[in-house]
Amino acid sequence: MLAKRIIPCLDIKNGRVVKGTNFINLKDAGDPISLARHYAEIGADELVFLDITATLEKRKTLVALVEEIGKVIDIPFTVGGGISDIDLVDELLQNGADKVAINSAAIRNPDLINEVSGKYGAQCVVAAIDAKSIDDSWLVFSKGGTHNTGLDLFLWAKELVDRGAGEILFTSMNADGTKQGFEIDALKKLTEYVNVPVIASGGAGSINDFVTLFSETRATGGLAASIFHFGDVAIPELKQELYKNGISIRI
Amino acid sequence: MIVIIDYGAGNTKSVTNALDRLDTLYELTEDSSKIKAADKVIFPGVGHAGHAMYSLREKNLVDVIRGIKQPLLGICVGMQLLYDRSEEGNTECIGLIRGQVTKFDNKELIVPQMGWNTNVLSNNKLFKGLGESTYLYAVHSYRAEVTSDTIATSVYGNEYASAVQSNNFYGVQFHPEKSSGDGQLIIKNFLEL
Repeated sequence: MLAKRIIPCLDIKNGRVVKGTNFINLKDAGDPISLARHYAEIGADELVFLDITATLEKRKTLVALVEEIGKVIDIPFTVGGGISDIDLVDELLQNGADKVAINSAAIRNPDLINEVSGKYGAQCVVAAIDAKSIDDSWLVFSKGGTHNTGLDLFLWAKELVDRGAGEILFTSMNADGTKQGFEIDALKKLTEYVNVPVIASGGAGSINDFVTLFSETRATGGLAASIFHFGDVAIPELKQELYKNGISIRI
Repeated sequence: MIVIIDYGAGNTKSVTNALDRLDTLYELTEDSSKIKAADKVIFPGVGHAGHAMYSLREKNLVDVIRGIKQPLLGICVGMQLLYDRSEEGNTECIGLIRGQVTKFDNKELIVPQMGWNTNVLSNNKLFKGLGESTYLYAVHSYRAEVTSDTIATSVYGNEYASAVQSNNFYGVQFHPEKSSGDGQLIIKNFLEL
């Protein structure tokens, strides 16, 4: 049976791992290569690297980092963060990334999704969406959560899938950093709305949050950063608990 | 020498990384004489089966692959291309394994299948040292039918062939190069065939 996926996310800036709370207050949580190796060894199912570096050197350092990760890591990994052109996608995939996550660039230029999917297949295109619940709607934000696009989360997700995204990575900006649990209602709706794998991100604070995620929604992956980096939740224990709760998980 | 067929439709880097981790020498090539002279051949593939077949034909590699006498391992779309036909783009494939590759058609199913699934492994040299039921990582929207050549099965909606063998031609739907220690063992077993 297909297992649910536990996915640590490594936010990278200038080659180091950082994680903010509600996208502010960046803290250094280690060297990406040793952290990645550690996660692969203790049973992470996949890894996501999001590069938030905003300098001109970004491109070169990110490609070099991806090449190093690929040498060491024998589980799949996704790379994202400011990917806005097919040339960078080419470089990342050729250097060992399995998938690329595209966020703001898809809002500016939705054809990029078609282009990457057409060239490499839907399986390597992760459409990342940051969204915030405002009044009764879920609105998509771009540029690291600073710009309200006015797009509806569900309609936008559907469009991205129609354009060739093979997976959706949905981050709830309301829940991110709160450790109060995943955004269950929105995830229920989203995972019924699109028929590709959905990774839930934002809000994980405890083992129980993952049990709820996989029991109550069709999400196929749960992503978190600081709770893994700082040891609040240990992946082997998390997987044991999921297994005990009857959730299909790789142990 | 281990040769990886480089025809522009494979994620070759993850395969070469896996071989590097095993300290194995290899060559990435589309040169038919090198492919024919190899000790073992790895035939990767990602993306669209139709595009991959087109690329093989452009490079005149279809008959080269058909003529290979050494062990060959097709991975993912590389395995699917060993079959007679794929529903993806209604593509005529290489035809070394009898049977069809069809789309996951159950409307309830999340497609692509993406992640670690259990595989029931037969008693085949490729799986030496592995348990009867093993988690391996796979990503695909099309699946191969179970036939007498099937050496491993997995279930997503319905049962499908997750590994096949016909004579010297082996194929795996999952990505051994991305399947941690168990995947590495499968590659090692292939190299030792």
